Amino acid sequence: MTDYKTIPTPRKEACMSALTDLSLTEALAKLESREVSSLELTQAHLQQIERYDPQVQAYLTVSADLALEQARAADAARARGESAPLLGAPLAIKDVLSTKGIETTCASKILKGYVPVFNATAVQRLLDAGMVMLGKLNMDEFAMGSSTENSGFFLTRNPWNLDYVPGGSSGGSGAAVAARMALGALGSDTGGSIRLPGSFCNLAALKPSYGRVSRYGLIAYGSSLDQTGPMTRTVEDCARILQVIAGHDPLDSTSSKAPVPNYLDAMRQGVQGLRVGLPKQYFGEGLQREVREAVMQAVEELEAMGASVQDVDLPYSDYALAVYYIIATSEASANLARYDGIRFGLRVEKGDMIATYKATRGAGFGDEVKRRIMLGTYALSAGYYDAWYGKAQAVRTLIKRDFERAFEQVDVLAAAVSPTTAFKFGENSADPLQMYLADILTVPANLAGVCGMSVPCGFDDAGLPIGLQLLAPPMREDTLLRAAYAYEQAHDWHARKPALVS
Amino acid sequence: MSDWKTIIGLEVHAEMLTETKMFSACPVVDSVTADPNSATDPLSLGMPGTLPVINRRAMEYGMMVGLALNCTIPPFNQFARKNYFYPDLPKGYQISQYDHPLAVDGYVDIELEDGTTKRIRVRRAHMEEDTGKLSHVGGGASLVDYNRSGVPLLEIVTEPDINSSAEAEAYARKLRAILQFLGVNHGDMSKGVLRFEANVSVMHKDDAQFRTRTEIKNLNSIRSMVRAIDAEVERQIALYKRGEMVKPATLGWDEDNGRIIIQRYKERPDEYRYFPEPDLPIVEVSRAWVERVRASLPELPDAKRARYVGLGLTPYDARILTMDRPVAEYYEAMLQTGLDAKTAANWVTGDLFRLMNEAKIDREAVNSLPLTAQAFAQLIQLVERGTINAATARKEVLPILWAEGGDPAQIVEARGLAQVSDPDLIGRVLDEVLAADDDAVRSYLSGKEQAANALFGQAMKQLKGKGDPAVVRQLLTEKLQAKRG
Repeated sequence: MTDYKTIPTPRKEACMSALTDLSLTEALAKLESREVSSLELTQAHLQQIERYDPQVQAYLTVSADLALEQARAADAARARGESAPLLGAPLAIKDVLSTKGIETTCASKILKGYVPVFNATAVQRLLDAGMVMLGKLNMDEFAMGSSTENSGFFLTRNPWNLDYVPGGSSGGSGAAVAARMALGALGSDTGGSIRLPGSFCNLAALKPSYGRVSRYGLIAYGSSLDQTGPMTRTVEDCARILQVIAGHDPLDSTSSKAPVPNYLDAMRQGVQGLRVGLPKQYFGEGLQREVREAVMQAVEELEAMGASVQDVDLPYSDYALAVYYIIATSEASANLARYDGIRFGLRVEKGDMIATYKATRGAGFGDEVKRRIMLGTYALSAGYYDAWYGKAQAVRTLIKRDFERAFEQVDVLAAAVSPTTAFKFGENSADPLQMYLADILTVPANLAGVCGMSVPCGFDDAGLPIGLQLLAPPMREDTLLRAAYAYEQAHDWHARKPALVS
Repeated sequence: MSDWKTIIGLEVHAEMLTETKMFSACPVVDSVTADPNSATDPLSLGMPGTLPVINRRAMEYGMMVGLALNCTIPPFNQFARKNYFYPDLPKGYQISQYDHPLAVDGYVDIELEDGTTKRIRVRRAHMEEDTGKLSHVGGGASLVDYNRSGVPLLEIVTEPDINSSAEAEAYARKLRAILQFLGVNHGDMSKGVLRFEANVSVMHKDDAQFRTRTEIKNLNSIRSMVRAIDAEVERQIALYKRGEMVKPATLGWDEDNGRIIIQRYKERPDEYRYFPEPDLPIVEVSRAWVERVRASLPELPDAKRARYVGLGLTPYDARILTMDRPVAEYYEAMLQTGLDAKTAANWVTGDLFRLMNEAKIDREAVNSLPLTAQAFAQLIQLVERGTINAATARKEVLPILWAEGGDPAQIVEARGLAQVSDPDLIGRVLDEVLAADDDAVRSYLSGKEQAANALFGQAMKQLKGKGDPAVVRQLLTEKLQAKRG
């Protein structure tokens, strides 16, 4: 590593740009060596936000004052000889996670003005690890969507091409990290909401196994499916954040007590002998040519590195999307009942109590949210429960079993994240069912509770990123990271930069 | 009326007296005395992102009740969401149990007025969380207090085995006593910690099954429940006699005017869209856990009552002394002093209950009287030892102890109430009485033996009521016999 004294002092802007181009891992090293201060790093990111966010629109809230304060505190702590895994690193948080003292809206008008009194466990762990919090990121309202077009406030643009969606629902997280407006971000994934924007924005983006990361403070959409996870520009960055947020939380009864491995060590073990499975059902019709080619190319390279590759069967995959849209919406119909205008957020007063409920929820929720509440309410109704929710749960068990069988044969599954690369605004938003298809390759992992990840594996003819999806058994994030890291080391896909910020 | 049979099922909601709420570490407070919304946390307020964590103590309390009600505790139970909108329900759903309750298939034996026993089957008991409390303050405004939101609640549901308001009352009293004896609920209905709902229907003697049932909610005393059931049965029969139908409805009870209020007709069954609570794991209940809880059960009313009968009490006294846990505790504290069980029971059921009734003090408050169990026992011992007589105890000492408490021996001493047993002194008093009332003496000698009572009374009066009645009676008889001789 270069001694900081020998670094020539460049012009200020160039210096700032260099700081935002650092990976999280690189930035932490420079902080540790005092080559750069957290304040400089944080200011650089705030300037990047100021410069590019008016176009990208990734942030719902920029907590600049808090960030600068945290950065100074981090520098002071480091000066006292203290250290922490993320000390002084500027990160940003999807607005689905509760942040104490900072407005948290889930990109919904119904939560406008809601300022939580507590931090989500994942956020608290990042803060305890020294994070500097830059702000809260846009998303599809209540995490319901695949393009971030469903935000109740404004849409977020894909930094790779501003005419295209960043994916969703963690589109703000994807766009912010891709546009170098944060070193990394937290997203949440109920049916693909971390992996899809990860893929559309050229990021390493990991959906942990159900139960690996606490859901406390993660505002619920589909409680049995939701997980918080990291979105970063390198696999190693992903591992660093996961290391901090993973692990049992007494406040979340569904969080796992399984020990958390050392992901950075596990990551470097190489893929020699790793068994990679290709789910037949994931390579059917409808896969964009470049996507198929990039994924197959990536798989061949893993094989060349010493992994073995075989086809596997996930026979119930075809039902996954239907099952997902019954279970997730059923849970959502209850989870979103608390937004009634009584205690927090929006209240539209109208006549009596029932009228106020209707007016508040009518004005506060967007169309997609209303659609899913209605779907879920229907699926749980007397006389329909067995045929819809009951049946969906039964099929979910079969889907889970598919994965269990597959993972008896292989260590990791490889596929595309989405059948296509990013699409243009409005292209799918007129037809909800068309939009739902973007998640067809990601929802099974949520239903089965396995972990999954998107890793950059190329670009299509239009220059839009393609993601390789890797899936591993529950609590085997170490395996995911091992495969992803090995692949990433052989390429520079992840190091490419959107023209916008070049 | 005899052509009609009443069918009642009771649903009882009992708060479990835990320190913290059902699903969070938020403290449980007295909902009547605590400031509104002073015991809340993000979970009790339904704030976004909060998650429930099961209170193990509450589950054990629920299990204790289940075991005390002779229920089976299934090997697992599961929470479910019950969905409905109301401002006192912050999440828009209540975490309850549906398909897999904590306890099933139990029973309670109740004693009826005629001395017979009847078995009321308990269908299920399940854990859930209480809601907040809404108060309508007028002007179309309502206030919500979430102190109660999330307090552990056990819902206990009977089979429709209850056939009169008297049986409903007996069941309610018995159940309340069991909850109190278990220490899981203090039974104070005025504070809403114990709430009854009655499902009422009737059937005609020619009917094959019972008719449409209605549900009376928010009954806040056992007395209200009894009156409400009677009124509802009367209302239903009157409707049928007029050829009208009873419509399924949720009813309220207007205690002041003694009438049923129809709150809403149920056009269709309630639609709560229950589904398993995804935020909580299934609760597995090992046999070892059940047995540990069973071993921790205290002596319950039935066992206690049997033991009291064994000590020589009448079945009636044994029953009323075991109806309220505080009374049983008071009584047993008296026995601790070595007092005879039967004697103590007589004083409690006679004198103490009379004083409490006159002062309109609830029997549950017995342990906060100035008259402590120890002082009461000492007073009775003074009588037993002959230091004072029963009348002095009752008329002179007990009122002081009742009003201000204190040490009975000191009161007797300070007021010179000790019994007079000296035969010389009593003899002199009797001589004066006999000399002063020739008529009575003559009357006695002519065969009217009851005339002796008047003479006894006069002597006791001279002795300021402190004379040892046995000595006075004996000397009086001797002196009168001497005159006859």
